[in-house]
Amino acid sequence: MHSCVWSCRALSPALLPRLFSETRCCGHRLDHQGQWGSIRFLTTAKDSHPTPLPGQARVVICGGGIVGTSVAYHLAKLGWTEIVLLEQGRLGAGTTRLCAGIVSVAKPITIESQMANYSNSLYERLEEETGVKTAFVRTGSLCLAQNQDRFLSLKRLASRLKVLGIACDVIKPKDVAKLHPLVNIHDLVGALHLPGDAVVSPPDVNHALAVAAARHGVQIHERTSVNHVLVEKGHVTGVETDRGPIECEYFVNCAGQWAYELGQSSEVKVSVPLHGCEHFYLLTKPLQEPLPPSTPVVMDMDGRIYVRAWQGGVLSGGFEKNPKPIFTEGRNQLEIQNMQEDWDHFEPMLNGLLRRMPSLDSCEIHQLVNCPESFTPDMRCLMGETPGVHGYFVLAGMNSSGLSFAGGAGKYLADWMTYGYPSANVWPLDIKRFGNLQSSRTFLRHRVMEVTPLLYELKVPRWDFQTGRQLRTSPLYDRLDTQGARWMEKHGFERAKYFVPAGKDLLALDQSKTFYKPDWFDIVGAEVKCCKEAVCVIDMSSFTKFELTSSGDQALELLQRLCANDLNVPVGHIVHTGMLNERGGYENDCSVVRLSKNCFFIISPTDQQVHCWSWLKRHMPSDPQLHLEDVSWKYTALNLIGPRAMDVLSELSYVSMTPEHFPSLFCKEMSVGYANGIRVMSMTHTGEPGFMLYIPIEYALHVYNEVMSVGQKYGIRNAGYYALRSLRIEKFFAFWGQDLDSFTTPLECGREFRVKFDKHTDFLGREALLQQRQEGVTRRFIMLVLDDHDTELDLWPWWGEPIYRNGELVGVTTSSAYSYTLERHVCLGFVSPPSLDGTPAVVTPDFINRGDYEVDIAGQRYPAKAKLYPFSSLFAQQRRRKDDMELSNFQGK
Amino acid sequence: MAAACQFFRLIRGRELGRFWAPSVLCQNCCLFHHPCHGAYQPLANSDSRWNQSRAYRTSIARPTYYLTPPQVNSILKANEYSFKVPEFDGKNLSSVMGFESNQLPANAPIEDRRSAATCLQTRGMLYGVFDGHAGCACAQALSERLFYYIAVSMLPHETLVELENAVESGRPLQPILQWHKHPNDYFSREASSLYFNSLRTYWQELLDLSTPGEKPDVSEALVNAFKRLDNDISLEAQVGDPNAFLHYWVLRVAFSGATACVAHVDGNDLHIANTGDGRAVLGVQEPDGSFSAMTLSNDHNAQNESEVMRVRSEHPRSETKTVVKQDRLLGLLMPFRAFGDVKFKWSIELQRRVLESGPDQLHENEHAKFIPPNYHTPPYLTAEPEITRHRLRPQDRFLVIGSDGLWETLHRQEVVRIVGEYLTGVHQQQPISVGGYKVTLGQMQGLLQERKARVSSTFEDQNSATHLIRHAVGSNEFGTVDHERLSKMLSLPEELARMYRDDITIIIVQFNPHVIGSQQN
Repeated sequence: MHSCVWSCRALSPALLPRLFSETRCCGHRLDHQGQWGSIRFLTTAKDSHPTPLPGQARVVICGGGIVGTSVAYHLAKLGWTEIVLLEQGRLGAGTTRLCAGIVSVAKPITIESQMANYSNSLYERLEEETGVKTAFVRTGSLCLAQNQDRFLSLKRLASRLKVLGIACDVIKPKDVAKLHPLVNIHDLVGALHLPGDAVVSPPDVNHALAVAAARHGVQIHERTSVNHVLVEKGHVTGVETDRGPIECEYFVNCAGQWAYELGQSSEVKVSVPLHGCEHFYLLTKPLQEPLPPSTPVVMDMDGRIYVRAWQGGVLSGGFEKNPKPIFTEGRNQLEIQNMQEDWDHFEPMLNGLLRRMPSLDSCEIHQLVNCPESFTPDMRCLMGETPGVHGYFVLAGMNSSGLSFAGGAGKYLADWMTYGYPSANVWPLDIKRFGNLQSSRTFLRHRVMEVTPLLYELKVPRWDFQTGRQLRTSPLYDRLDTQGARWMEKHGFERAKYFVPAGKDLLALDQSKTFYKPDWFDIVGAEVKCCKEAVCVIDMSSFTKFELTSSGDQALELLQRLCANDLNVPVGHIVHTGMLNERGGYENDCSVVRLSKNCFFIISPTDQQVHCWSWLKRHMPSDPQLHLEDVSWKYTALNLIGPRAMDVLSELSYVSMTPEHFPSLFCKEMSVGYANGIRVMSMTHTGEPGFMLYIPIEYALHVYNEVMSVGQKYGIRNAGYYALRSLRIEKFFAFWGQDLDSFTTPLECGREFRVKFDKHTDFLGREALLQQRQEGVTRRFIMLVLDDHDTELDLWPWWGEPIYRNGELVGVTTSSAYSYTLERHVCLGFVSPPSLDGTPAVVTPDFINRGDYEVDIAGQRYPAKAKLYPFSSLFAQQRRRKDDMELSNFQGK
Repeated sequence: MAAACQFFRLIRGRELGRFWAPSVLCQNCCLFHHPCHGAYQPLANSDSRWNQSRAYRTSIARPTYYLTPPQVNSILKANEYSFKVPEFDGKNLSSVMGFESNQLPANAPIEDRRSAATCLQTRGMLYGVFDGHAGCACAQALSERLFYYIAVSMLPHETLVELENAVESGRPLQPILQWHKHPNDYFSREASSLYFNSLRTYWQELLDLSTPGEKPDVSEALVNAFKRLDNDISLEAQVGDPNAFLHYWVLRVAFSGATACVAHVDGNDLHIANTGDGRAVLGVQEPDGSFSAMTLSNDHNAQNESEVMRVRSEHPRSETKTVVKQDRLLGLLMPFRAFGDVKFKWSIELQRRVLESGPDQLHENEHAKFIPPNYHTPPYLTAEPEITRHRLRPQDRFLVIGSDGLWETLHRQEVVRIVGEYLTGVHQQQPISVGGYKVTLGQMQGLLQERKARVSSTFEDQNSATHLIRHAVGSNEFGTVDHERLSKMLSLPEELARMYRDDITIIIVQFNPHVIGSQQN
């Protein structure tokens, strides 16, 4: 076992550039032999002097791929010292060594595009910063569309990128021909040109980052593997390596393919849900007329391939429909080095390539590379501090965009470790969106087989994963399923989208994949109508439910500290409140019920199960008298929505349920049918009248049957989440995770009435909110009602559409739905006035009320009316507005 | 006319001559069993053979009706079964990837049986092909019972104690076998308690004989199980049963016969136990990708010199001429070892006694009453198997166990070639590697598409055993499947089918070379 240390101490920084430029040459020679420049020379240049590991450090980063070095680089830049980076083999010997080297901003969600954009500029300046050649070439890229739907999704991407200030052009096929000499344009309908995209040599970028990090004092030890991570009292205390222990405060798991196993080998197991898949790309020999290195990258997603210029020839890979998952049973370093080529498997992609570039027919093959990539259950990377272990950070699962993300992701993670939170909303990437339930190898194996092809598949609004389903279900699942429920999944839980009435053509209904009006339109319309006029029942069991109890008033104290609203209310009252962070942003948005003096029932969105738990745990004093329990699985939640809900319930319980007897936002344990001890709450999460029933699961079927049979004469029917969503959006209810995030304060979304500054407890975020109240908000959550939008013929809004005011970009939508009451589309989103002098401008009522608003859907702008209050409250129910606003919000995808 | 000529060629080419004469008996064959089975020597002479064949010419040429390809497929696929060993069974990686099996009847009802099961108390999987003659009863009994005897023989003392204690105290038994059965593979419910009692007596004896900590040897276990079951079959028939139906059944089992070819796979250890003329052949992939056959069992029939010597040596010199006559045991039986067939095992006196005390149905049975000529020094037949042990190597890709119906129509080399090409086509076509050659993208695309096309043509069969049967029945002189011929062979009337082909039963076990490779080290 020999090792190589690479640090300021081991090697003078002045020496480094020379050493690298020399070795670069031999790297080039290697290139011509077929592989990417390997980093082998580092050890050959100086090995056999294993420098001992330091006994302690502040941060230990495991993984010397591009992600790990990027984290080290950014931490060092932020002034961290005593950073140790451990690599089991050689730097960049895993996926980094083999990856295709494309840096593209064409990513499905905004935060990912942002990361890629940052990486792009970082890689560009690295060469200058470090003197290491990175082979950075700004080639630009072309995303091709073979059909109109793909073209639409590219146009949507274009409008999203414009919001980020990233240059892009939607172009015609003949312009594609001008940009790329080989592309066959006959079957194209259009393309998106991203002039900023680039190609690099990934191992060289990895190098450069390592050099820069080493210059900033990072110690890099190769051939050192982490055996396990030591944890004491929920904190990282050190790591055990094959070359001895290192004490540390922070540990970062950037082990890529190995991250899952590394997580499992920690003293307290850490779930890093990712799974490897084989990924193939082809290298050709130089063409007769060598392809210039500046040739744009081509991404033909309909053909499932990407192509870039490579040493005069091309490099082309793809995401096949039938991926080959690997390493389900574990893996070792050797395996990843010796992956087999599989030409038969590559055949569809070769066909795709030759269809796109027929002239390559006579081009000679150089090599087919098999480069395993790691994928996650939802196609997004895993970032952040793990819920169970403080100081244990993860950055892995790059879904084959490791190079594009590494720079930005490393920066966000470094910010996160430095300041305690990331500098942008990374909730979609936060590892806390997953729990142990996504950690099954079988689940991961099946899910990644869906995720891998999905990367290049057309994603239409409201698509769902098809694999790894029916993991968590309500006890009513079968009942609802036989009644025509169509399902979607959230955090492993099956939730009904809508109910297909008997006799409807089921086959036709499954073809709802469109950017236009979907075929469930009328079905959901009928459900909404029933909610408005009679009564509907929605199974909402997926919600996260916690119980917080204490012997004294510790529970109240904790909640008063964490919640912005006042929780010192009489027993039986329900309080809607945000849990805010120090900056006043929403960490969670929940309803808290005071069950007894010292017992609280906390209802949070489904995907808060891990995040909210860890947030509460983090702020809980270690008091054995204070007890937090996750009771999500204990209760089935039925939502009775509609004016007749009270009739149904009073008939079942022989108790009057009129508002006089059962006021709004009130909770009572009562009997429903034969079942006793049902928690009935007068709220519906939609703003409609009705009740939530929290039923111990063994009574669920009984209560459901009773409700349905008694409800028959009131016209009861099942409804799904799409109806709920339409109802809540037209009532202007924001939803955490979609509209609200840790960067949004209650003041920005018109929820100041839920913040009690004067409740005599200095709750988290109070200072920040007070300051914001003083200064005024610079962004505001508004509701936009689309005018002049033909529901039948025009594209439907989804989310992420740019909002324009007087022709000027002012914000982005966060969610949208068709309001059956208004017969219009309603979009919710944030706007902020353009700053005049560099400092953010404050939102004024005039800014909202005056001005012509437009929403850009795939490049076409639709005029919209901006509102700060829901319509219903402006018209008929103006009196009841305050009560309505007290009603809750969340959920709905 | 043309059709008939074709059949001529077929029959000559296959040397199936010995199937001709039984057909004479076919026409007046009795309900209860088929004396026309090929295992019995015809009493007709060779002249009548040709006359008969001419007589059939008309009956074959008459129907101009052909089966459509889907009809052919539905006949071929009616009995196909496949089982994939789960990738992660929680315990260990299995050296067996899975198996596929199928059978095509020629007799009505079919007299072949097959079994496959996983041993739950010990490790390993069992596969068996049983070819019955003089009825299906014995083969049926073997398919239900033999694996239990084998599994019990392999149990360590401690497990036997547990088993016995469970039965004693009325607790539910730990399952011994997990069966992998096609819906058509039935188990008789009536005889199950009888079978169980015999099995229990067996393990009680094993309990007495074994000592704690002792682990039975697989080869020995197989031999013991074979012999013991044959013994039990014989005893049950002698003892009889108060239940008339069961009594009749045990006699049917004992008076019919069956050969057995059983494979036991545990990790890299492959054991073949063979009694009779079934055969197990290993498909070995050569370094160049081609397949060669490695026979792991010896046929016990007249073609096997040492077997003939063995039989002759067991009887007085005076019988040397009669004991093997016309390539048959006592001039009657083709396999030289078999289960059941008490007519070749019991003394004449015992046979008479049992038959007299037996149910009335038996009395009308000419076959049962018939005592073989020159029957002087029984037993002439044994069920003792010959054991072959083979240590699996990574190049051993699959094992084909087949009844003689398969091996008579296709040469073993041909069998292995067909299965090998099928399996590689579908599952593990030899990977292409560019190596240092100059290959253009276009050439590679052409090559890959060709490979894909080849795969999709074999995709007609999802089951390698079905694919093999298709070849066995439908191959023309060029070795490719001819639909017209296949259609004719399959649409033969029930009473004629047996003349042109025997029952075919095939089990193909596919090995996982990676697991075998890793266990070797």
